[in-house]
Amino acid sequence: MEYATLPFIKQTLANALDVIVHEDHHIPIVAVNIWYHVGSKDEQPGRTGFAHLFEHLMFEGSEHHNSGFFPPLQQAGALLNGSTNTDRTNYWEVVPTSALDRALWMESDRMGYLLPALTQDRFETQRDVVLNERRQNYENRPYGFAMMAMTAALFPEDHPYHWPTIGSPDDIRAMRLEEVRDFFRTYYHPGNASLTLAGDIDPARALELVERYFGDLPAGPKPQSVRAVAALDRERRLLLEDRVELPRVYMAWHSPRIFADGDAEMDLLADLLANGKTSRLYRTLVFERRVALDVSAAQSSRELAGFFLLVATAAPGQSLTEICAVIDVELQRLAEAGPSEAEMERARAQTEAQFMYRLQTIGGFGGKSDQLNAYNVFRGDPGFFATDLARYRDATRDGVGAAARRTLTRDRRVVLSVVPRGQAPLALPGSDQVSVF
Amino acid sequence: MRVDRSRLPDVGPDPAFAFPSIARHTLGNGLDVRTVEHQTVPVVTFVVQVEGGLGADPAGAEGLAALTADMVDEGTGTLGALEVAESLAAIGGDYDVDVGPDVTVFTLTTLGRFAERGATLLADLLVRPSLRDADFDRVRRLRLDRLRQLKDLPPALAERAFLRLLYGDHPYGHLAIGTESALTGLQLDRVVACHARTFVPSRATLVIAGPMAHARLRTVAENAFSRWPEHARSGGLQAAAIEPISLPTRLAMVPREGAAQSELRIGHLSVRRNTPDYPSLLVMNAVLGGQFVSRINLRLREEKGYTYGARTGFAWRRGMSPFSLQASVRTTATADAIRDVLAEFEALRGSRPPSDDEMALAKASLTRGYPRNFETSQQVARAVAQLALYGLPDTYFETFIPEVNAVQTADVVRAAKHYVDPARAATLIVGDHAVIRDSLDTLGLGAPELLSPGP
Repeated sequence: MEYATLPFIKQTLANALDVIVHEDHHIPIVAVNIWYHVGSKDEQPGRTGFAHLFEHLMFEGSEHHNSGFFPPLQQAGALLNGSTNTDRTNYWEVVPTSALDRALWMESDRMGYLLPALTQDRFETQRDVVLNERRQNYENRPYGFAMMAMTAALFPEDHPYHWPTIGSPDDIRAMRLEEVRDFFRTYYHPGNASLTLAGDIDPARALELVERYFGDLPAGPKPQSVRAVAALDRERRLLLEDRVELPRVYMAWHSPRIFADGDAEMDLLADLLANGKTSRLYRTLVFERRVALDVSAAQSSRELAGFFLLVATAAPGQSLTEICAVIDVELQRLAEAGPSEAEMERARAQTEAQFMYRLQTIGGFGGKSDQLNAYNVFRGDPGFFATDLARYRDATRDGVGAAARRTLTRDRRVVLSVVPRGQAPLALPGSDQVSVF
Repeated sequence: MRVDRSRLPDVGPDPAFAFPSIARHTLGNGLDVRTVEHQTVPVVTFVVQVEGGLGADPAGAEGLAALTADMVDEGTGTLGALEVAESLAAIGGDYDVDVGPDVTVFTLTTLGRFAERGATLLADLLVRPSLRDADFDRVRRLRLDRLRQLKDLPPALAERAFLRLLYGDHPYGHLAIGTESALTGLQLDRVVACHARTFVPSRATLVIAGPMAHARLRTVAENAFSRWPEHARSGGLQAAAIEPISLPTRLAMVPREGAAQSELRIGHLSVRRNTPDYPSLLVMNAVLGGQFVSRINLRLREEKGYTYGARTGFAWRRGMSPFSLQASVRTTATADAIRDVLAEFEALRGSRPPSDDEMALAKASLTRGYPRNFETSQQVARAVAQLALYGLPDTYFETFIPEVNAVQTADVVRAAKHYVDPARAATLIVGDHAVIRDSLDTLGLGAPELLSPGP
């Protein structure tokens, strides 16, 4: 039997930048991946969307390369991108080994010298681009507001997960350049970053290069870590009318945060509830009773908190009430008897394969360099891969059953009905109309 | 040593790139098998590519190829649909079907230690599917419902209407999922006949990429697929051989009241994949709109702030393939965005040929990063299947880089003149008709033909 492993070395520079190196010489490319430990959780109500807009500005030039970030890297054959979520912002390039110097020069220049290149013009253009992004990915998409309504209901107004990472249009329009500068000074410095190089490079050379390009950037103060708690004390039923053909129900519970006790069990629960035809909810709702078109489940575990989400779309003419009744029966059964040994084996086999598949790419979203940074930022330990896998291997029927009992309770959850416009009666009874940002 | 920040570091010489060796085998039943030794992570990928994608759907039976492909994992031998899913899950299998214009591609990835089990299961599904009535009824129903949901999705609405605008009644002129009326009329016997006609060794290619020697991979293929009975079949309908007729509509719209943005498609039928101008076309597209740093994206996104992103590209197929722009733009900027795109199409044909910098950037972005397209067993296996699809030689991946680097500025301008023509381009908008109607008048393309969101 082959074992999945993810070896690495880690060193912290004098300016507190964490550097992680993983060797893989299979193809002559290197992945550069950098995480800044800042996301929409670090924003304030009324100032939402800031972290993400900032990510856009990181591609507009820095002091010593005062024009777009893309051309010199695409010229070098790089693939590159960035993303922002509630907890962190990441930037990555996958470059031919011959272009590693250039990528590190550019990443270090925007870490150390972004502000002199930041102009009102660039800022305003990217503000428009972000508003377009929001229209394209949320406003013009069916069910596009559903997750905003869910997180807003799960987390109270002052909780950092209350607002969506993309931000509200009013907040985005109200942003000022000066606030962007403060944001950069607070969060974008070596002490709040984790840099991973993975691929066709030997560790000594990698560390030498990183020291050369990043070593003289000044250390900044560690930003204050955010803390927050959220809990539900009842079932909240919500209703959203949208331009959709078919009603859909979203159900969510608070659940363990990332890597906490019970997090892996919730992941396995998601698998055995809604992954594939043999999963309990797919089988009942879609395959046998045909009341739903699709069903999905996910343990969305984040740094401050987690939530467990179930989503099902009604088949034409079928009611959300009926779908929810079936879901409740299945959840009850699972809570009482736990999963079968066969279900556990299946879920474990799938999880182990997924861990192996994740080792196939060095860069990009979810590649090896991204995983090493995730483990480092959230656990302080890039070597957490093996422990992470063991969490799933060691999970038991009893453990999964107990997690279901603890988390998936009927009297503490948010249930959102999204229905076609003008058809509010298709929602679950007792649902309150919500408006979204 | 301090960093010299007065200039960007140069890029060193490109590292050598070699595609792993491809071996070809023909089984006793005529099945074309290609194996690739892919020694990285212990993961193996099987690709079975079958002739006849959506372009083989008979008129009035649009969606048949996709429905047939969807039915094969609903049962085989003593295994019902649930047991098939159980068997795939037990080996951590990642199973996927893609119905393209010319072929249907089945992909199964699993752990190396399950290679034999994976191959056997895949062969059972493709060669001996149960194709039962009860499953058919459920699968067709789900596809009809999905079709209904596509009406909520502006990109899907645009895709569907645009194919129709370009191809009309040509067999390429519909989405793989088909149409509501065709799907409603399809019965199981059509699927059974489609399977019998299509799923035969002489119409299929099997590619395996995994951490084993060629001889071993061949044995895996033989053990699983040699029981596939040989059939002598006629080729049937070949969409690629049918010449599309050119259609007159230049501006059309699927009205969507209150839409937050306008979903745009602008383009026309252009050229076949097997054109000798292929490398020039790739470079041309990279300059025009094929990447972030391209004329159209920089103009529409970075300069004007009209959109989150705009891209152009060829949707390659064996027959006449479209060249088009895709973007979702701010409603009030719709007409301006269309004008800018058409102007950029025109400029590349002569008035503003690519600069030396643009040429260098376009070529480098295509060639220098090329090796990263082949990291995973799935990428490698699918790439080799493409060779079979377009009849390309096994040396293709090694000659790609020098061929692209040989493209000259004059080749790009010539390619643009031949294959991109704003005067022929059709523009399709999914957006708010009432809001943008008046501004469209200024384009000189006439009043838009109004289309329904689909049958």
